[in-house]
Amino acid sequence: MSARVLVGVKRVIDYAVKIRVRPDHTGVVTDGVKHSMNPFCEIAVEEAVRLKEKKLVKEIVAVSCGPQQVQETIRTALAMGADRGIHVEVSGKDYDALGPLQVSKIMAALAKKEEADLIILGKQAIDDDCNQTGQMTAALLDWPQGTFASELTLEGGMLKVVREIDGGLETIKIKMPAVVTADLRLNTPRYATLPNIMKAKKKKIANVKPADLGVDVTSRLEVLKVDEPPQRQAGVKVETVEDLVVKLKEAGRI
Amino acid sequence: MANPLRAELLFLGREYPKGADYFRDRLRAAFAKNKDVRDPEKIKELISRGEFVVKELEALYYLRKYRALKKRYYETE
Repeated sequence: MSARVLVGVKRVIDYAVKIRVRPDHTGVVTDGVKHSMNPFCEIAVEEAVRLKEKKLVKEIVAVSCGPQQVQETIRTALAMGADRGIHVEVSGKDYDALGPLQVSKIMAALAKKEEADLIILGKQAIDDDCNQTGQMTAALLDWPQGTFASELTLEGGMLKVVREIDGGLETIKIKMPAVVTADLRLNTPRYATLPNIMKAKKKKIANVKPADLGVDVTSRLEVLKVDEPPQRQAGVKVETVEDLVVKLKEAGRI
Repeated sequence: MANPLRAELLFLGREYPKGADYFRDRLRAAFAKNKDVRDPEKIKELISRGEFVVKELEALYYLRKYRALKKRYYETE
């Protein structure tokens, strides 16, 4: 099978870090904060690598958009088994404003340029929780999409995708080329071991700018304010059932 | 580093819940304790144990992440 898979990987603040809002309320604190690959992107990379191990796919290209630091994220994908990387350089204000619409335009352009047969993305990023990039990419390419995938198989030249939806699972069959977004239960990502990280240093990462792909990364969105969620109110303890009834009446609950 | 197992353990130890320094000290102590072992059988056993710890750490990190994401993104009964 000569299929080529494009996997998008996003560099986000590590899932275990306690997020702090910047004092000027323009965003969250990112300087000096631990970053890592978005967990759903890890699952996407793992799925691509498994397809390659089953010989259903020939080459895996890992893509990330952002400043110099995203190369670390691409290297992690390479250490997990991707063959080569593409770093789409976006920095400064453009990077702050980079969102699903621009990324999906970039992915679509790369899919055409690299003649990809399959794009696998995480279902959403844990920083913005947009859950849009996969869907927009499919729409831009006019490709079928299998989102929230918890199982992916190749059946008679078609992709069988089991999707996690409200109330259960949905199974669909889509033609390739297609876009798939990975949900939590699609697989268990492998850990990038030290020997594989060393080997990955020899793999190539190409640099490209959005303009080279004919993509304008100007954002149509403006972030007005970023706030913390409201503090949880402390609970009140009562001594007796009578007290409870009194308190509930006071709160207008009964 | 000469010992790939030790390197792997040190690498994984960076994210240890009790801290990278704690792990590194325990790791150093464990290797120092066994530095005079010469019996090939015993060495094989110790290496197996080291490889087992590698797998345990990977599982620990994965479960921690999986549970956090499950709690954040999926409705729990």
